[in-house]
Amino acid sequence: MTTSTQNQNPTYSEAFQSGVREEIYRNRDIFILGTDLIERGGHFAQVKGIAQEFGFQHVKDSPISEAAMVSAGLGAAMYGLHPIIDLNFIDFSLGAMDEIINQAAKIRFMFGQPVPLVIRATSGTALGGAHHCNSLESLFAHTAGLAVAVPSNAWDVKGLIKTALRSPDPVIFLMHKKLSGVRGEIGDENTLIPFGKARTVKEGKHAAIITYGFTVVTAQKAAVALASEGIDVEIIDLRTLYPLDTDAINSAVQRFGRVVVADEAPMFGSITAEIAATATEANFGSLKGPIVRIGSVRAPISANPGMSEAAIPSVDAMIAAVKKVVAY
Amino acid sequence: MSNLSKEWAHSSLRGMMLIREFEETADKLSLRGKIPGGIHNSSGQEAVAVGVLSALDPLDVIATTHRSHHHTLAKGFSAREVMAELFTKSTGVSRGRGGSMHLGDFHRGHFGGNGIVGAGVGIAMGAALGIQQRGDAKVSVGFVGDGGVNTGRTWEAINMAVIWKLPLIVIIDNNQYAVETFVDRVTGGGDIAKRGEGFGLPSYTINGQDVVEVNEYTAKARQRALAGEGPTIINALTYRYYGHNVGEKGQYRTQDEILDWKTNRDPIDLFIARATSEGLITDSEVAALRDDVKKEVEDAVDFAEKSPQPDLNSILVDVDSGLLGGK
Ligand SMILES: Cc1ncc(C[n+]2csc(CCOP(=O)(O)OP(=O)(O)O)c2C)c(N)n1
Ligand SMILES: [Mg+2]
Repeated sequence: MTTSTQNQNPTYSEAFQSGVREEIYRNRDIFILGTDLIERGGHFAQVKGIAQEFGFQHVKDSPISEAAMVSAGLGAAMYGLHPIIDLNFIDFSLGAMDEIINQAAKIRFMFGQPVPLVIRATSGTALGGAHHCNSLESLFAHTAGLAVAVPSNAWDVKGLIKTALRSPDPVIFLMHKKLSGVRGEIGDENTLIPFGKARTVKEGKHAAIITYGFTVVTAQKAAVALASEGIDVEIIDLRTLYPLDTDAINSAVQRFGRVVVADEAPMFGSITAEIAATATEANFGSLKGPIVRIGSVRAPISANPGMSEAAIPSVDAMIAAVKKVVAY
Repeated sequence: MSNLSKEWAHSSLRGMMLIREFEETADKLSLRGKIPGGIHNSSGQEAVAVGVLSALDPLDVIATTHRSHHHTLAKGFSAREVMAELFTKSTGVSRGRGGSMHLGDFHRGHFGGNGIVGAGVGIAMGAALGIQQRGDAKVSVGFVGDGGVNTGRTWEAINMAVIWKLPLIVIIDNNQYAVETFVDRVTGGGDIAKRGEGFGLPSYTINGQDVVEVNEYTAKARQRALAGEGPTIINALTYRYYGHNVGEKGQYRTQDEILDWKTNRDPIDLFIARATSEGLITDSEVAALRDDVKKEVEDAVDFAEKSPQPDLNSILVDVDSGLLGGK
């Protein structure tokens, strides 16, 4: 029962609804807590209709109190429930960082007990300026004890949220705001996508782009342009940043020796640096040249559309990066 | 006889009219795609902004929220520089980088709008600490919404202001909704001002549609702050006429409710009625003011339209001072 019109695939947001619905049917311990969820269905309609279908027990509207929201989810998870804390924009998680990084992430290590908690938020660059466009995924991937899911399409949203809702570990679930309305097929109730398994978006012959989230779209556009010049590039969508599919990464490096790692987070100290470094260590002999990274500049994102676009990788930058590795 | 001066009445009315005209215009422009990212419209909340700012000294500090066009205009910022910022043009008050949510200029005592709910009170509290350390005869005002008062950071900041007797005034721009959430659904204890009592500072719930009342309470709070007696909370009850963000049409409040506020409690109409009956202003003067703000806003739109985009090569400028390697 999605709210999409007939004959149309569901949107990225509706795929989330679908996965959550099916999991609530299986597990009545699941509930969603966040702001403006019941009537509005969340700012991206990601839980629209769920309160009406399952009752308020499963959807709680919260005051704007991020630290307490995550604490509520954490304590309830420790008690045995499986909450989804909807933080709306990942930027707002910064007001709950102790609860996430010091508390949720470390409970298992300290006490040996599960923490079945999902923290959902939209992420990435769009309009809205410096406080609504952070890409914080590297920070969470850096933190021991957290899983980080970064779906790029409706199918993966559904399959990954279903896995997250069966995970005994805390999951940071990041949905890119520019993808909210993008339609795509979704799997059935038994289609779960395991964490740590990348997806080959497109096979290629000459080089590979390893990426995730909205940058998958940028890579796809670049691949089309490159194909017209006879360059056939493979695209790998990581789907989760932790666990990270190192097998897929190593295989790409070994097969092509020419690799671009791309995302839209600030490049300095980012997950792309981690991938490039570990892939180089493991496969130095296979590389035809250095792994090339592209990402955002070391600057906050401006409210000006031109400036914000200029801060993140363009299709042209992606094409140039691929040409660079192909030229080795 | 009125206890208000003619000059104050005229400038306050003009201030409220300017905000209304600005917001109505910005809303339309936003729907036409002229304003990247949209706006948070403050129509209906003019008396809070003008009442507070008219009680302050121009060099007093304010720090505000995501909904701050009205505070910024009432602080004396020109419609041109604010409109240009909404357009994210280089001539905007934040050089086009901030947009609607991030208006500010420290040199004029405006410590910024904010994309993070509740952040303004903490910044205002810090500015109040700075004022106290320096021994300056100024106050600092932090604006927060009825939704923002449920952030822990707001009350951590208020507690510090109380224990250190900081010259802080907290204005709750209480339009009774946080996005689609009615204040009573998420506010333990009912009246927000009662929370202030628990923290040991004077806290008043007032009529935020009455510019005179807002002005008087703010003036009193300012006197208290300047006398070294510490902070005050003013919970000003008001109403926003438009959706939370541009184009939003929720079902969370009735058309009757909106109409009631617009027809019976409009801050501009109420003040015109009072000022007229007290002989402070004539109908033709009111009409002239309306004309005047219309022209100012038209000019501002024209200015914003014609202004250049920020230089795209400037994205690395001011990331840091330069000492950290930035431009
Ligand atoms: C820390 C944080 N949480 C959530 C949001 C999303 N958000 C923006 S405005 C808003 C509602 C704020 O309501 P209120 O404080 O009453 O201000 P109003 O919009 O009514 O002026 C919310 C939830 C945010 N910007 N920052
Ligand atoms: Mg409000």
